[in-house]
Amino acid sequence: MKRFVYINDESYQNDYCDNQISNTKYTLWNFLPKNLWEQFRRFMNQYFLLIACLQLWSLITPVNPASTWGPLIVIFAVSATKEAWDDYNRYISDKQANEKKVWIVKNGARKHIQAQDIRVGNIVWIRENEEVPCDLVLTGTSEPQGICHVETAALDGEIDLKTRVIPTTCIGLDSEQLHKIKGVIECPIPDKDIRRFDANIRLFPPFIDNDICPLTINNTLLQSCYLRNTEWACGVAVYTVHTQFSLEGKHVDNVCLKERLCLLDNTLCVAVEIYSNEIIKIIIIRIHENNTAPCSHHMSGNETKLGMSRGVPEPKLTAMDAMIDKLTGAIFLFQLAVVVVLGSAGNVWKDTEARKQWYVKYDDDEPWYQILVIPLRFELLCSIMIPISIKVSLDFVKSMYAKFIDWDEEIYDQETDTPAHAANTAISEDLGQVEYILTDKTGTLTENKMIFRRCCIAGTLYGNESGDALKDIELLNAVADNSPHVIKFLTVMALCNTVIPIKSPSGTISYKAQSQDEDALVNAASNLHVVLVSKNGNNAGQQIKTFVDAVDKYAQLGLRTLCLGWRELSLEEYLEWSRLFKEANSALVDREWKVAEVCQKLEHTLDILGISAIEDRLQDGVPETIEILRQSGINFWMLTGDKQSTAIQIALLCNLISSEPKGQLLYINGKTEDEVARSLERVLLTMRITSSEPKELAFVVDGWALEIILTRYKEAFTELAVLSKTAICCRVTPSQKAQLVKLLKSCDYRTLAIGDGGNDVRMIQQAHIGVGISGREGLQAARAADYSIGKFRFLKRLILVHGRYSYNRTAFLSQYSFYKSLLICFIQILFSFVSGIAGTSLFNSVSLMAYNVFYTSIPVLTTVLDKDLSEKTVTQNPEILLYCQAGRLLNPSTFAGWFGRSLYHAIVVFLITIHAYANEKSEMEELSMVALSGSIWLQAFVVTLEMSSFTFLQFLAIWGNFAAFYVINLCISTIPTAGMYTIMFRLCRQPSYWITMLLISGVGMGPVLALKYFRYTYSPSAINILQKAERSRGPMYTLVNLESQLRSEQGNSTNSILTAPVKNKNSVYEPLLSDSPMASRRSLASSSFDIFQPAQSRVPAAYPRNIKTS
Amino acid sequence: FIFDFFNARLHFGCSRMQMYPLEMEGNSNPKTTNKPKYSKFTQQELPACKPLLTPEIVIAAFALIGALFVPIGLASLHASRQVVELVHRYDASCVPVDDKVGFIQNSRTDKTCTVTMTVPKYMKSPIHVYYLIDGFYQNHRRYVRSRSDKQLRYKSAAHLTSDCVPEGDTADHAPIVPCGLVAWSLFNDTYTVRVNGVVTQVNKKDIAWKSDKNNKFGKNIYPSNFQKGRLIGGATLNESIPLSEQEDLIVWMRTAALPTFRKLYGRIEKDINANDNVTVVIQNNYNTYSFGGSKALVLSTASWIGGKNNFIGIAYLTIGGLCLSLAMGFLVLYMVKRRNFGDPSNLSWNR
Repeated sequence: MKRFVYINDESYQNDYCDNQISNTKYTLWNFLPKNLWEQFRRFMNQYFLLIACLQLWSLITPVNPASTWGPLIVIFAVSATKEAWDDYNRYISDKQANEKKVWIVKNGARKHIQAQDIRVGNIVWIRENEEVPCDLVLTGTSEPQGICHVETAALDGEIDLKTRVIPTTCIGLDSEQLHKIKGVIECPIPDKDIRRFDANIRLFPPFIDNDICPLTINNTLLQSCYLRNTEWACGVAVYTVHTQFSLEGKHVDNVCLKERLCLLDNTLCVAVEIYSNEIIKIIIIRIHENNTAPCSHHMSGNETKLGMSRGVPEPKLTAMDAMIDKLTGAIFLFQLAVVVVLGSAGNVWKDTEARKQWYVKYDDDEPWYQILVIPLRFELLCSIMIPISIKVSLDFVKSMYAKFIDWDEEIYDQETDTPAHAANTAISEDLGQVEYILTDKTGTLTENKMIFRRCCIAGTLYGNESGDALKDIELLNAVADNSPHVIKFLTVMALCNTVIPIKSPSGTISYKAQSQDEDALVNAASNLHVVLVSKNGNNAGQQIKTFVDAVDKYAQLGLRTLCLGWRELSLEEYLEWSRLFKEANSALVDREWKVAEVCQKLEHTLDILGISAIEDRLQDGVPETIEILRQSGINFWMLTGDKQSTAIQIALLCNLISSEPKGQLLYINGKTEDEVARSLERVLLTMRITSSEPKELAFVVDGWALEIILTRYKEAFTELAVLSKTAICCRVTPSQKAQLVKLLKSCDYRTLAIGDGGNDVRMIQQAHIGVGISGREGLQAARAADYSIGKFRFLKRLILVHGRYSYNRTAFLSQYSFYKSLLICFIQILFSFVSGIAGTSLFNSVSLMAYNVFYTSIPVLTTVLDKDLSEKTVTQNPEILLYCQAGRLLNPSTFAGWFGRSLYHAIVVFLITIHAYANEKSEMEELSMVALSGSIWLQAFVVTLEMSSFTFLQFLAIWGNFAAFYVINLCISTIPTAGMYTIMFRLCRQPSYWITMLLISGVGMGPVLALKYFRYTYSPSAINILQKAERSRGPMYTLVNLESQLRSEQGNSTNSILTAPVKNKNSVYEPLLSDSPMASRRSLASSSFDIFQPAQSRVPAAYPRNIKTS
Repeated sequence: FIFDFFNARLHFGCSRMQMYPLEMEGNSNPKTTNKPKYSKFTQQELPACKPLLTPEIVIAAFALIGALFVPIGLASLHASRQVVELVHRYDASCVPVDDKVGFIQNSRTDKTCTVTMTVPKYMKSPIHVYYLIDGFYQNHRRYVRSRSDKQLRYKSAAHLTSDCVPEGDTADHAPIVPCGLVAWSLFNDTYTVRVNGVVTQVNKKDIAWKSDKNNKFGKNIYPSNFQKGRLIGGATLNESIPLSEQEDLIVWMRTAALPTFRKLYGRIEKDINANDNVTVVIQNNYNTYSFGGSKALVLSTASWIGGKNNFIGIAYLTIGGLCLSLAMGFLVLYMVKRRNFGDPSNLSWNR
């Protein structure tokens, strides 16, 4: 379907919708029902609502309904307020954008109107540094050449300026004429393919001619771009805000929905980031709704299709969340079992015993539902087994983890002024559980800062000695001599690209390039006095780049090679080709393919001029980071679009694979299916045989073979993937990258994908965790990612420090939340055995509510400050990450431990309470308060025992909360109408109360402490060993610092040291360790030793020696 | 051009700002960096102490607990042993016939019963007189909530009897004050005590909590329609005495959390010597027979720990002893099997 936009013709304008932006999710009227409806779609909320409703039936409720309604309403109010506030901000920013004044042409005169009143077909004028209000087709600019510059940073994060040209048919119109032009633009309806804008423009007479002129994305100004370096520009509105959220950029194909939604407006984007995926769906639905009203005839759910075809990213659920859900499910089943057993026991007891209890006065004829009453009472009593606070607590700590990442100074990149950012605040724990890292090469491992290093012109190799062709005397001489080959080479190098030269008033020329390679080439050429000044008129050099993987030599050095060639064209040949090219360019269907075909016609029988070689340096700290992360048991796969030899070279340089004696590289290649199959079989066989050997095996596969494998031999490859710790995949496409991630995910591995460019976006979104490097290729990857960092080396800290701590903290928090709810619930169950199994609640409503909401949830929140091991220890012993990867801190067996503990503690609290407060003291309110205080005492000790480190905040939270318990209850005890009036004062005056508390704590904690100590001493986990080691190493920190300094200096000096095998750490130091005089000399001695033997004080080695000398 | 570049930078900063407002604040000035502000909290570097479960600490902790618990245990056991307590179960002996339920439900039978006890030790006043009931579920869900606290306190709330089912209103819909099963089942045995044949006053003043008398039971609320129904539960109340003075009711309405409980009947403010004979004339009215419960009369003195309760003392001694032996055990283990486990060479990946 096509759309015809009549320029400046009001009679057609009403066919299309206006430019009013509306991103608000709610109106004043539908806010409450809509918000509630959304909140109640979550299972947990439904559960709590059901419980709360059941409590309204006073016959069965054991407590005041307020004890459930209170927290429920608070939780709901909090999230509703948050929603309302966000929506209000959206409304405000919509209003601002809608009421912005823009100039349009109306009836031949310029008029100032509000942005929301722009209609399709209007001519919109924009001045320098103004934002484009809707998608425009350029018709005029202030520049005589008919170009203008736009900045698309708001769309794709690229800060380089892009050139936009006006269609040829509009060239030369002065601003007077621009007021009057009429014409028609034939363009596709807003469709899902936003990479292209395949349209035509035809101006009506008297303007120039009525030729059809093709339009491309280069003739458009897209909404929310900024006009730069151009005094003014004007264009015809073709898509208004409602109709297209298009986006320009070289990697548009991969642009995620999230990014495009950013266009709607910025606050919305924030919402998207905060609420991750839930909202995305909502937005899509809304887009649909909005468009069905005025624009239904051409929208008809198009955007929805768009959203769907791009794939709404699945909500990311961490492995921990899944485990917590599973445990919640198990607890739910347990709860049902308890309800069934106790419910029927209660009914039996009622019929056999309670009828004899005349004082209970059961009726003989009861309504039918009486049989349900006792089970339902137990359901309500046990409903606290699933803690209502866990969701809120988890949300809180998770956002704290994300904040800690944002705040971390050590992963702030000075060079590019980028702090780390956690866009997805919900998945920090997964960072600690990563098993596979899939990494891009260019820009991720390397700096993506291209430097022209060597070249080969007409058989002569330049730059071999110095490693820098620009300083090679021979080449400089050749340039000075005007050697024809060299000059031709440099001319091609300077011209055949898409670089835009920008001349500043002072006369210096700078280049704006979309590709770092091209930038490097043009700069190199200009250094050799071939300066690209302006590119007007010369269309002859349509990209005649052909990549020939010729010079292996350069590739072996890890350089990026480019082969330059040329051919002379006759005028006729050019004119003929130019016509074809133009034709292809104005095609509305398959334009890209047609253009490529035409280009192909030109690019043949080229004379090879020479080969350029560009270096892309490794980023700082990449080899160390990879080494440490591999030590921690993470497997690395490198996925790159580069060619095989370059990829292998880089892999060697950055420790990904080892050279021959230690490691072995297995190649999977072949052109046909059979070849690939045989190759795969062979590799798999070798892999199986050698899997027991300590040899480091890795396989290399290229994109072609991978395509065959992924379609035909998926099972064999899956087996290979499981066996192989390292893999290099070269020449892979973005979708193959994503497929590989999917494959590893299907094997139940936790995957992390890291990349910097638009071609990594799919992979990043597909992986459990996507990390984007905010690099030179723009922010696309960083936008799509869950975490964005400035440099690859920060990944180490992100995983080992943030990921690991987050995992540990959540493991404790979640299990503790269940522990404390189970504790109180078990006490209730035990009490039911002495209260005639009738479902009486031992605790009063206020206590129950406060227990869950205040007393037990606040201290444990300080677990966000807990550190079991120092950051240094973790980085020095990355193997410790295994505990997180294998999920050893949160699994059914650890949970069983907590379950057992809560049962034990409940029994302790209950038995001691009923025995100490027996006979004349067994007053209901007092006894309940004694049991509650016992639980509070125990939980304070449990938190204390389970935390590994205490800052003053933790101390304050635990014992402050403890004190607050007494203060609160003393306060409540002063209210005469409260059930527990004077109770707390009474208890506090009784010595037997305090003695009972002490007894409960002693009996409750003694065995826990003894067991923990026993395990800690006689079968310590690695974490315990390191904790102990950390302690005994206390005074040695200075030494460690010194060593790390030394290490960083060496790191800069040579790469060869770092690539050398470093596994033999123990053997190197063992002789020194047994040397006792050495050991007694302590830090000074050993550090001076380091200075003399710097090569040996590398990362893994530093550690054991420290211990022995202390 | 430099100016343009500056503009571009500036704008870039702003747009980033809008995209990530969480990230940084105030970014309009291009000189400010995005560098996170340093603080010990944000860098997770707050000074922390890391207590480890070293043998020294753990052994010391257990020894300390033991050393603390044993004396407390001895003290509480001593206190508990100082309490002189006489318990006399009378529910069986006071009913001479086999049909106990029939006997107790018959309003015309003479239910007087005399029991005699000999005091083993000198009992210092005040001597508390309790009645003990066993097998009575005052904590039953249906029973414990069948009351109206508002009605007990406010005159205007007399009609608030909805919680009191099935003892809320009389058959002709007049509210019962005090309503509910708890009040309805008020204990109604009475005791007359003679020491060595001399009638001794059992003081029934101030047996209820002062706070209850002052704040939970109204001074201007008088019983009405109480025990006027078809079934009589327990005691009747004198309708000319306000609820705040009905101390037996107040005591009874402090429901017990356990099916075995004692409630204060009164105090004897006179010492009783060892070997004195205490004769109690009991009006055995209360029906514990239909549900197989038992009743007893308890005379007891008190100590700082309350009534006689050996549990706390024994528990303390047991735990203290266990802790001491654990400390010893750990110490021996520590001596015999010395482990320097803080050696990283023990780590599996370093072996």
